[in-house]
Amino acid sequence: MIEQQYIDLFQQFRNEIDQNSVAGMNAARNAAFETFARIGFPTSSQEDYRHSNIILAFDADLGLNLRNIPIPVNPYDAFKCDVPDLSTHLHFLINDRYYDKIQSAENLPEGVFIGCMQTFAEKYPDIFARYYAKIADYSNNGTVAYNTMFAQDGFMVYVPKNTVIEKPLQLINILRGGVDLNVNRRILIIAEENAQVKILTCDHTVDNVHFVVTQVTEIFADVSSQIDFYELEDNSAKVTRLNSVFSEQRENSTVTTSGITLHNGYTRNNYRFRLLGQHAEAHVGGLAICDKTQHIDNFVFLDHVAPHCTSHELFKTILNDSATGVFCGKILVEKDAQKTQAYQTNRNLCASENARMFSKPQLEIYADDVKCSHGLTTGHLNDDALFYMRARGIDKDEARLLLMVAFTRDVVDLVRIDSLQERLIHLIDKRFRGESTRCGDCGVIC
Amino acid sequence: MLQIKNLHAIVEGKEILKGIDLEVNAGEIHAIMGPNGSGKSTLASVLAGNPRFEVTRGSITFNGKDLLDMEAEDRAREGLFLSFQYPVEIPGVSMVNFMRAAVNEQRKYKDEDPISASDFLKLMRDKRELLGMDSQLLNRSVNEGFSGGEKKKNEIFQMAMLNPALSILDETDSGLDIDALKIVAAGVKKLHTKENATIVITHFQRLLEYIKPDFVHVLYAGKIIKSGGADLALELEERGYDWVINP
Repeated sequence: MIEQQYIDLFQQFRNEIDQNSVAGMNAARNAAFETFARIGFPTSSQEDYRHSNIILAFDADLGLNLRNIPIPVNPYDAFKCDVPDLSTHLHFLINDRYYDKIQSAENLPEGVFIGCMQTFAEKYPDIFARYYAKIADYSNNGTVAYNTMFAQDGFMVYVPKNTVIEKPLQLINILRGGVDLNVNRRILIIAEENAQVKILTCDHTVDNVHFVVTQVTEIFADVSSQIDFYELEDNSAKVTRLNSVFSEQRENSTVTTSGITLHNGYTRNNYRFRLLGQHAEAHVGGLAICDKTQHIDNFVFLDHVAPHCTSHELFKTILNDSATGVFCGKILVEKDAQKTQAYQTNRNLCASENARMFSKPQLEIYADDVKCSHGLTTGHLNDDALFYMRARGIDKDEARLLLMVAFTRDVVDLVRIDSLQERLIHLIDKRFRGESTRCGDCGVIC
Repeated sequence: MLQIKNLHAIVEGKEILKGIDLEVNAGEIHAIMGPNGSGKSTLASVLAGNPRFEVTRGSITFNGKDLLDMEAEDRAREGLFLSFQYPVEIPGVSMVNFMRAAVNEQRKYKDEDPISASDFLKLMRDKRELLGMDSQLLNRSVNEGFSGGEKKKNEIFQMAMLNPALSILDETDSGLDIDALKIVAAGVKKLHTKENATIVITHFQRLLEYIKPDFVHVLYAGKIIKSGGADLALELEERGYDWVINP
């Protein structure tokens, strides 16, 4: 049993895990452990994981930095992110730890907290306990239970009532290590009534070893709040990323997310959005560009609990070489959720013969007065459009590239940060041209 | 400029062109007419290099070079232009980026530097005005949401931008109302010089009232069965094709 070594590790090092974390996070470990010991990691025999056998990634000799041995790195030196000028203030997670060596000169509105999860949990234990590990339901999700057992730190955003943070926040997740590592990260975002915040996270790999990353993000959008959460993955091919985003929304709130996989190894993104208050809106976007033997699996669950809520989903995948893509979009409209509007679109492009896409919409509707739609297509580049462009003298490869970039356009348009939109168009263009999208001298072969 | 000799072509296993001979010289306007399904559009597609069509016999020489040996993009860069019967919509690719890419590919082929931003904008404006096109159209994606007439105007706009040696207008008049037809025809006329040549493919005499051809050819069942001067088009308009097909 692959899980056994992690069960043993947890029991053996429980003290070290707790000592290097904080009470608020430690409080969640026992229950998570109990669940994990019972259900283990998901396997491909489960319907929702049919095309992604994630457990294999754990069948390896992976180190865990449970004692928080400092990794000597100044992220500003190690790394230049390719999405500049979003905010003057950057935040870093080095593997699973908040990097606190940066003196932040940020002038944030009163009561706002942005930064180290451990610090926040110590400073505001009551608020932390109300949300942490409460939104991320692991009762039938072994990966999230596992993360909750081992996570010791993370990134925290807390925006109190009636407070608007104007500039988008940027969190840069960096993977560093001399040996193969398991990294377990945590992010918690709370926007109280009428609060607004926009967050961009960028994932990058600096060292050429295997990383298995679990990341759990909890989003709580209180009444009339607005949260934008954009994720940009630009990892090396040796990274397995098991990402879970859980969002809960109250009345009149809006949550906008977009998960953009620019470069990766093996990625599973799990999203669960729960619309708990009337007139809540969720806008959920996703884009993945994969080639070689890369793998992307986007699993989206939209749970309409309250009436009069709206959800829009748009996921696109572009596969080249022998890449595989998976999309599963579940929409559940519960029996009280009358006047629901739920729209789902999934469009995929297989640009080579060996690329494979598995896509499945799943609608369960228990209310009788709703508007729901789903649309799914998987196809090749349009031959007529290719010929039209070539007939104007545009090179065959350039024409293909223009068409692929065009295909990504509507997902990019969902991003509500103008400078990030421009940057994404540029990064996507570079990605298709096969140019490195980041630090040219990082030594990681992607 | 263009020599077509004994050209045979098939599409999906069916022979459409069955031995075409045609010579076009600089300064000339040729009209190719004929009933539906005679092979007119196939000839246009074969000249432009559409990979759906396969040439089985014959040769095409363009400016002394073997045209059949060239990829579609190289034919365009050599100065061959096809105005599509059905222009393709390309959502997400803006007209501006599309045109800039096309102009710069042509310049690269001639070893010239890419066009400067200001020169490009000026060129776009001049040519747009020539066709009386709404500037908003050029801010949109290629042909996306264009009306039938706007699409055809857009073809001639692209022709004006690229200034080709040989233009092939495939049913450019279809779907145009009389005002749009006049504008398009006036544009084509203005672009015609002693150095370039035009092949007009059409069903009807209508367009030829504005663009007077030097030669008119009747294409039927994959062959040119009759050639003549501009008067032939008028005669066809009056008498139909039957007298040519079954003399």
